[in-house]
Amino acid sequence: MIRFVLSRVAQTAAVLFTVSVIIFALMRMIPGDPVLMLLGDDFTEDAYRQLRARLGLDRSIVTQYVFWLRNILQGDLGDSVLLHDRVVTLVWDAFVPTLTLVVASMLVGVVIAVPSGLVAAMRKDSAWDWGSMGFAIFVYSMPSFWKGIVLIWVFSVHLGWFPAVGYVHPWQDPWQGLWKLVLPAITLGTFFSGLVARIIRSSLLEVLDQDYIKAARARGVRRAALVYRHAMANALIPVVTIIGLQFGTLLGGAVLTETVFSIPGMGRLTVTAILNRDYAVVQGAVLLGVCAVVLVNLVVDLTYAFLNPRIRLA
Amino acid sequence: MSAAEPILEVANLVVELAGDDGMLRAVDGVSLSIGRGEVVGLVGESGAGKTLTAEAMLGLVRCPPGRVTGTVRFHGHDLLELGERELARIRGKEIAMIFQNPGASLNPVFRIGDQVVESMALHLPGARRDLRQRAADILQRVGIPAARTRMRDYPHQFSGGMAQRVMIGMGVSCTPSLLIADEPTTALDVTIQAQVLALIRSLAREMGMAVLLVSHDLGIVSQMCHRVIVMYAGRVVEQASIGTIFRAPAHPYTRALMACLPGLDGVARLGTIPGVMPGLTAVPSGCRFHPRCAVAEPRCAVEEPVLRDVGDAHRAACHLARRAGEGPRVQAAAMSARNGEPG
Repeated sequence: MIRFVLSRVAQTAAVLFTVSVIIFALMRMIPGDPVLMLLGDDFTEDAYRQLRARLGLDRSIVTQYVFWLRNILQGDLGDSVLLHDRVVTLVWDAFVPTLTLVVASMLVGVVIAVPSGLVAAMRKDSAWDWGSMGFAIFVYSMPSFWKGIVLIWVFSVHLGWFPAVGYVHPWQDPWQGLWKLVLPAITLGTFFSGLVARIIRSSLLEVLDQDYIKAARARGVRRAALVYRHAMANALIPVVTIIGLQFGTLLGGAVLTETVFSIPGMGRLTVTAILNRDYAVVQGAVLLGVCAVVLVNLVVDLTYAFLNPRIRLA
Repeated sequence: MSAAEPILEVANLVVELAGDDGMLRAVDGVSLSIGRGEVVGLVGESGAGKTLTAEAMLGLVRCPPGRVTGTVRFHGHDLLELGERELARIRGKEIAMIFQNPGASLNPVFRIGDQVVESMALHLPGARRDLRQRAADILQRVGIPAARTRMRDYPHQFSGGMAQRVMIGMGVSCTPSLLIADEPTTALDVTIQAQVLALIRSLAREMGMAVLLVSHDLGIVSQMCHRVIVMYAGRVVEQASIGTIFRAPAHPYTRALMACLPGLDGVARLGTIPGVMPGLTAVPSGCRFHPRCAVAEPRCAVEEPVLRDVGDAHRAACHLARRAGEGPRVQAAAMSARNGEPG
């Protein structure tokens, strides 16, 4: 297990390093000279050289990268030219609502997926199976902006049960916060649940066919314990991996959902920054998104190893 | 040993499985009985329906898509009539079963000790702590060294032989009156095979437990069993005590199986049975064995032989089998046929 953890952590570090190099390189490849942009039209050769030296642009590319990385590690991602604020603050403030939405969507997804995958596997080829799998494909394939609009139309406009737009931190105002999160989380979470339900179904069917299930039945293990203990403990192991892989997809998917529900998250920040060529913000958003996905996958892999004794004890 | 006091009586057991074009009969009217403390071998090639017969007795065949009819009398109950709840009370407690692939028969994500204790807790009273102690004693008894420590291990940390010992330990933990052992040593090394078989035999003797040993290996059965039941293509073709079957096998299939044993008659020669077991979709007419039989007559292709007495507690389903004293026609014929084959 220690070996596994160390190798996985080393792998993660390598990925993060590669990502930082790519992002740094991309920022340098953007056309245009930042010194010229800062100086304006009227400047002397000397002023140009001075500013260039002050920005560190006269150093070698490797030195520039090291300085850049040091700043990032100290939490300095630069300032936004347009929003007149530190990029770290901007990105973090946008990231929190997005993360809240993604986590809430995952919860909604799992709550829907586990029972529907379970019932589909237990009553394979029955109306339950077709019904829950049909539902899974339906919610998985519906684009989230469409789902969001339909939900707003039904539950906000017609029934008035939930607010249509907006976001409040659930830890500042739990009632309002969760209330406003319901429709967006269903919008994004049903997409996730469709995928997870199908994986739970197939994984459970495979496990139920294993010898140890038959052997446990032959020892007198009752059906409920057979399914919920013996089978689920094995069937959920691959599901954990999928949850990790889907975290990235959900972060991306959150952009559309945020737009529909006017949530001030990463989606809005990034799109605005790209349109305004606010590169420092784009860079910060990409960096944080990548780090989040990579770290979540590290956690998921460690969880997977912990759940699976064949890896934990290797 | 005779089956004077049968604890299990199977009558006319039929197991049908769902095929592409309707139901296929994999087990076709099997009747057998097992006496208290008796060790019975159920023999036949792969596909004869041995495993299905054994699994159907415990209600382990999924229905639907399968269908099981007949009766399985055990302690005054017909097991086929019982619901899942009642069956669960009998499985593991009264009738235990161990399987061919011991490594795959243990749940990979639970500790060995927890699995043994779980199956004991299902049927035995007592606190978890006491059951743990008893589980350790049982694992020690079946030959797991340092059983207490090994109870904290996971199945993948056990070799096949050790895993089968755990399965046997779990099987006997509730002192069942019958142990069904489905090819318990097929997946194991030869040296381990002998140890595991000796363990089953000594436990059976110690506990007065009956054993149904399902095997394709007549050699193993001859060392272990009091009585043998030979199956072919879903039917019982011969049953007799172990002495009788080796002295005077009545069915050509039994003889052919014996010819496949190395060195049994002192000659280092391996026979083979020509052809293969018929599939479920193409069961031959008449005697199911006739296309592969060395001594088949024209009527064998037409008339299906019934299982009838051919001697003392000796039954065979062959037109050519004669009662003892009526002349050793089949044996002579089979012998000459075998001798005519290239070794």
